[in-house]
Amino acid sequence: MLNNQGRPTQAGEAHGLARETFTGNRALEIDEALIFDQGGFDRTGVDIDEPEEFADRLGGLARKNRADLPGLAEPQAVRHYVRLSRKNYSIDAGLFPLGSCTMKHNPRLNEKMARLPGFADVHPLQPQSTVQGALALMQELSRWLLSSTGMEAVALSPKAGAHGELCGMMAIKAAIVSRGEQETRKTVLVPDSAHGTNPATAALIGFEVESVPAGEDGLVHPAAVREKLGPHVAAIMLTNPNTCGLFEREISEIADAVHQAGGYFYCDGANFNAIVGVARPGDLGVDAMHINLHKTFSTPHGGGGPGSGPVVLSERLAAFAPVPFLRQKDGALTLVEDTEGSQAFGRMTAFHGQMGMYVRALSYMLSHGGDGLRQASQDAVLNANYVRAGLSDLFSQPFGDRPCMHEVLFDESWLKGTDVTTLDFAKALIDEGYHPMTVYFPLVVKGAMLIEPTESESKASLDLFIMAMRDLALRALRGEKERFATAPRFAPRARLDETRAARSPVLKWTARAPVAEAAE
Amino acid sequence: MRYLPHSPQNRADMLARIGVASIDDLFVDIPKDKLIDGLPDLPRHKGEIEVERILSGMAGRNVSAGSVPFFVGAGAYKHHVPASVDHLIQRSEFLTSYTPYQPEIAQGTLQYMFEFQTQVARLTSMDVANASMYDGSTGCAEAVLMAHRATRRRKAVLSGGLHPHYADVVRTVSDMASDAVVTMAPDPLATENIIAAIDKETSCVVVQSPDVFGNLRDLKPIADACHANGALLVAVFTEVVSLGLVTPPGEMGADIVVGEGQSIGNALNFGGPYVGLFATRDKFVRQMPGRLCGETVDANGKRGFVLTLSTREQHIRREKATSNICTNSGLCALAFTIHMTLLGGVGLERLARLNHANAVKLADMLKGVSGVEVLSKTFFNEFTLRVKGDAAAIIEKMAGAGVLGGVPVSRLLPNAGLDDLVIVANTEVNTDDDRAAFVAALKGAI
Repeated sequence: MLNNQGRPTQAGEAHGLARETFTGNRALEIDEALIFDQGGFDRTGVDIDEPEEFADRLGGLARKNRADLPGLAEPQAVRHYVRLSRKNYSIDAGLFPLGSCTMKHNPRLNEKMARLPGFADVHPLQPQSTVQGALALMQELSRWLLSSTGMEAVALSPKAGAHGELCGMMAIKAAIVSRGEQETRKTVLVPDSAHGTNPATAALIGFEVESVPAGEDGLVHPAAVREKLGPHVAAIMLTNPNTCGLFEREISEIADAVHQAGGYFYCDGANFNAIVGVARPGDLGVDAMHINLHKTFSTPHGGGGPGSGPVVLSERLAAFAPVPFLRQKDGALTLVEDTEGSQAFGRMTAFHGQMGMYVRALSYMLSHGGDGLRQASQDAVLNANYVRAGLSDLFSQPFGDRPCMHEVLFDESWLKGTDVTTLDFAKALIDEGYHPMTVYFPLVVKGAMLIEPTESESKASLDLFIMAMRDLALRALRGEKERFATAPRFAPRARLDETRAARSPVLKWTARAPVAEAAE
Repeated sequence: MRYLPHSPQNRADMLARIGVASIDDLFVDIPKDKLIDGLPDLPRHKGEIEVERILSGMAGRNVSAGSVPFFVGAGAYKHHVPASVDHLIQRSEFLTSYTPYQPEIAQGTLQYMFEFQTQVARLTSMDVANASMYDGSTGCAEAVLMAHRATRRRKAVLSGGLHPHYADVVRTVSDMASDAVVTMAPDPLATENIIAAIDKETSCVVVQSPDVFGNLRDLKPIADACHANGALLVAVFTEVVSLGLVTPPGEMGADIVVGEGQSIGNALNFGGPYVGLFATRDKFVRQMPGRLCGETVDANGKRGFVLTLSTREQHIRREKATSNICTNSGLCALAFTIHMTLLGGVGLERLARLNHANAVKLADMLKGVSGVEVLSKTFFNEFTLRVKGDAAAIIEKMAGAGVLGGVPVSRLLPNAGLDDLVIVANTEVNTDDDRAAFVAALKGAI
């Protein structure tokens, strides 16, 4: 029955489904329709003046049909995004031990500083005389990066870690070209444990990738490298500390061997957070290394970016750094934007890189100071080892129980016979209120679980995490596989069908034909 | 240290639980002779007050766009961003979350990515868009690489109207990868015959509209010529607001559309972070770089979203991946999508009309100024002026008079013999007073 407004007069009539609540929502957990299902295609949520009549200069290229996009009023838009936000886990809300990603606290002072109009509201192509403060900030950031890495030069402009890798490998290629060896030195050595970006980067600029096996102890050994070296090798790409959470003990010997063979040493700096103020890549024989400002220096990950990946370079590569770069002249700073008159290999991006991230990173560095940066790295390593010590009797470590750096790696051999996989375990951790650790990476370990708590976690937070991990482990070993197979049970969504998403991709919203109404 | 929770007692207790005597025992794998005793060259830690003082001092030495009559564009634009945008992107759950690798607890990010992809596809009139690139210029280089893959050819032709930084980024990647690039001469009058440069080895033609000099370009004939030769048309824009008023590249036959999205939702930030927009036809979707979000269902049959088609990506394919890209420009894409959600098609059209009207007003005002000529016959919110004298010196003088008047072409193309040209942008933020100040400062500087 419907009343005279067309509304149901009996409970349950609206959709006829057996639901816990009429809306399908559960208190604070509220589903939110797509903006396209909310209407508003004929309105806007921004008040904009209509200009007086004028003759356009579009030369007959005026758009015929308005872009078919909904415009929500501010209260609708605010509610939409606030509701969406509540379906996300975040470092602000809880422990986010995603190995190799360094999900540390993002200080709010950094956000405030990046929003100062003198930084946020400045155009990259204003006269340089009007942006001397911005250039000074870039110079100061460079000083901190060079001082903490012991390197010769820095290219600030790369937009993310993988972009920094590309920049570093381009500098290496430019150096090889300058030596006239581009036809012979075409191979880049990459260990199997490396991030996927390493081989992808090398391949992108025409290098052939050859893998280097790690030893039983998870480390790369000079003998294995020497076996692959020769006049055909351009470089080795090594992550240190590596993706198994271990410091490559023989890194200097490896660097020497590579240099003696005429190659260069690229270090993936993703894990720099473990060693700031403890050791300097420049002292280890590194020729190029990117630094993820969004990892080590706390700029927010923002749901997947923007990142920032400055590259520090050794004396051997410094001259090849891309434009733009800074030069000091007569007391004023100049940004050199043209490659002419230098050996700069080219340009990575329009303008000068991620200024917004530079400000945040420098704000973090100034706050910590040289002393605090070292303390932060020590705490990061302390926390990872504390987790290791708390779990090592239950969880299996592929390379034995030994001190790790800022992240600890387990594999899934301890789960053998339980019918519980690493993925199941990760999803069960969601129900306990945690973001899972990195799973199935590095690839060299079966069912990898890579845990990086970072220095931001208190002892109490780590104690609870360790107890939750132990409780879940004991349940898995006790045979409670149902709890794992059905996890997550309390998240905004149960496990999602990724196969279906890939098989018949739906990558945008399309209007559904109005079925019933159309028939009437 | 305010960001580190441990007390000295905590640290001692934890070391004891680990079973080591000191923190140094956890760094045993680092060779002894490589250990350093801190970073004595760097200053010690500071409180918020002092950090704020230092950084505010640096910020204070820059002239911010909002403090003067401002006409600088050429790839980045000063627009008004609604207050709610910056407020919403600072929600912890957006700001401090990671790439949505665990989709059950990242539906917020995934849903806005899906909405973003739909908005970009509709704006450009293309079939499918990705979840964003680092920025327009790097997206442009990725578009060229994608065209090479799709056509199995390795020669790109770049229009002389393409932003010189974009062309530099494409050339840098292409040189490194030993791919061929043909760059047309700088083309401030939009008279180049780019069709003549297309041959059977051409994988793509890259054309920007509005171009870096402000001219609008009819892409249709270029697209037809590309397709007749088995090449793709890569259409580029640096001013996304133009799509509110100008025929979208998808309606003119573009195969890949790539552009800078900064104008919507994002501040100038001295050049970054920005957000690259990237769209293409359905048939090329598996050749696309970057993240893609797709719709699916969960184990209870509820609609949800996941990252998908990841077999294109580096973490699966390693050296065979379509790109080495690992991140997108998440938070900047969020700012874009929120601003676009507020605008809608109606608001975007109005915003675009106001931008165009303001640029037309200034162009008309300049007609009567001696020693100045508006070169662009067609334009959206930006045009090129020929001035009597050295444009860079004139812009510097105008800055001295408190007006940031534009970008001298010599800044972008130092050796092109175009030293008397300046690119001038007008947006909705410019008032009649600003324009009067511009004209007065320009007259004073010439």
